[in-house]
Amino acid sequence: MKSKFVPPIGKITKIKGQCITLIGNDIDTDRIIPARFLKCVNFDSLGEYVFKDDRETLKGKHPFDLEENKNATILIVNSNFGCGSSREHAPQALMRWGIKAIIGESFADIFYSNCIAIGIPCLALPKKSILEIQKNKDNKFLFLEIDLKNSLAKSKNLSLKLEIKESSRKMFLLGEWDATATLLENESLIKNKCKDLPYLEFNNYFS
Amino acid sequence: MSQDTLFDKVWDLHKVSKLPGGSDQIFIGLHLIHEVTSPQAFGALKDKKLKVKFPDRTVATVDHIVPTDNQSRPFKDNLAEQMIETLEKNCLEHKIRFFNIGSGNQGIVHVVAPELGLTQPGMTIACGDSHTSTHGAFGSIAFGIGTSQVRDVLATQTIAMNKLKVRQIWCDNKLSKGVYAKDLVLHIIHELGVKAGVGFAYEFGGPAIEALSMEERMTICNMSIEGGARCGYINPDEKTFSYIKNKLCAPKNKHWDKALTWWKSLKSDENSIYDDVIKLDASKVEPTVTWGITPGQSIGINQQIPLLEEFSPNDKLVAEEAFEYMSFEPGQSIKDIPVEVCFIGSCTNGRISDLRIAAKVLKDKKVSKNVKAFVVPGSEKVANEAKREGLDKIFKDSGFQWREPGCSMCLAMNSDKLIGNQVSASSSNRNFKGRQGSPSGRTLLMSPAMVAAAAINGKVSDVREFIK
Repeated sequence: MKSKFVPPIGKITKIKGQCITLIGNDIDTDRIIPARFLKCVNFDSLGEYVFKDDRETLKGKHPFDLEENKNATILIVNSNFGCGSSREHAPQALMRWGIKAIIGESFADIFYSNCIAIGIPCLALPKKSILEIQKNKDNKFLFLEIDLKNSLAKSKNLSLKLEIKESSRKMFLLGEWDATATLLENESLIKNKCKDLPYLEFNNYFS
Repeated sequence: MSQDTLFDKVWDLHKVSKLPGGSDQIFIGLHLIHEVTSPQAFGALKDKKLKVKFPDRTVATVDHIVPTDNQSRPFKDNLAEQMIETLEKNCLEHKIRFFNIGSGNQGIVHVVAPELGLTQPGMTIACGDSHTSTHGAFGSIAFGIGTSQVRDVLATQTIAMNKLKVRQIWCDNKLSKGVYAKDLVLHIIHELGVKAGVGFAYEFGGPAIEALSMEERMTICNMSIEGGARCGYINPDEKTFSYIKNKLCAPKNKHWDKALTWWKSLKSDENSIYDDVIKLDASKVEPTVTWGITPGQSIGINQQIPLLEEFSPNDKLVAEEAFEYMSFEPGQSIKDIPVEVCFIGSCTNGRISDLRIAAKVLKDKKVSKNVKAFVVPGSEKVANEAKREGLDKIFKDSGFQWREPGCSMCLAMNSDKLIGNQVSASSSNRNFKGRQGSPSGRTLLMSPAMVAAAAINGKVSDVREFIK
């Protein structure tokens, strides 16, 4: 395995790194991490199993096995990436392999919110730009600097305007993507909400 | 932006605050947990030195990893045993109600919660499982979440989320004989595509939806996520209320009257505004079967697998991938494709009505000798009711194996798996590459009735020929 995994923490404003390209639409989370690897009570060992079946099928030729990609941190994908199962094991496996940000045409909803919740920005680019990056023979050596303040990705010759939900962008800039503490701050509002909800009284199942 | 839909009403009712980043903080009325996506969340609580805020608003069962042949403990699979033990320990420690194996109420979380009466109109429901959309059949707003959000719900009973847009899917007319809710939802996903629902909640309505039973409505909402929609729902009506009445956790006596009054007020207004509206003719839907590697790649039983040039440029890439993986030919008929494994079960189609329909097809018939067929009831309650009605005997007499409740070969986290590139006819929800446990296994999704017909003939068949 590669260098020791260090989870992201606090404000995320810039991510610099080498790109790794994965071609295909509708790549589901079963492919990112097959179900048999979900038999675990922590996420620690998932990195080595990312895309396990796809990689075995391609016998060393999968992008995640190529020597030139081993230090890549920015994943470039097509549309509806991460569809299917809600398993957070999928972004956790990508993160533990080394991915720090994903740029794609579009992302499935649950996968997207799982990524935000663990500190992986998912950024959108139009199909045309993604295809250009993917077709570029030099992309294996493409280094990008993602600037979340200005929603830009830059390299020596490129400057790409990225799209990201404003709420997600702000959560990264404020360092509030790990939402628990922020949610807990509203403890009194949560208590008040309980009084508003008409059903808590009759739907107090087991009392 | 949508206005005055059921989704808007339930969302607004549960909104606790607007967070600094701009998303909403939403109160979760019912939180369901299981063994696969909760252990890391409990671990995170421990790391953060937090407690479960509302232990009585979380309910647990065990479903994904349970064996369906021999459920005696300890499980043969050490990892599976470790997972159930961790859930038992976490529930005990945090005083969470847990429906364990043998309780009479264990089963697939999305089968169990409705049959206990936990699922009710107007609630927000979350679970670390994408098929949580199932509960929308009752007019609740229900969606899958990841483990970090499971942690947030445990710690605060709320999550941070952006409000979804609302698309109404209006289904005119009625399904014809031999065509089921599963066929309708596969048809909808085919028509709209697997990513159309991203950013949306789907509201299913119209005469064809109103005519469905509650269990059929669950099948529809269950597969919203396969169309990309994290949440799908149906406005509640008399069928909804009478399904809930007298269930274990249903409101009783004066609470029932109060609940009913509130539930009856819960629906999209006649002049509510949707972000999008789609209309479909349900009477045109045929028994539907998937041929590819996404749930959108389906055709009617009498159709041919499309030619490559018939796909839009956007769909071509995945179509090529599907042809390579499935080894089917463009233009080939779906009918008569040989199947080797037949699976009836899952949170999509593992309920008692599904078993009744399949048993009706199988009665006095035999499963083809080339087929391994098995049925996995969605819950202990479903299994017990099926036994009471003698359905287990019909299945066994036909050559089906009768198993214990769980998720089983829908995602193959237990020992029920395809071998090599076997073709399975499956009543489950996903035909992704490798989904049913073999990296080269091939899944054809269809209704339980169609799985029964395929089991008898040993090949994809039109169930209408069995129910004339």
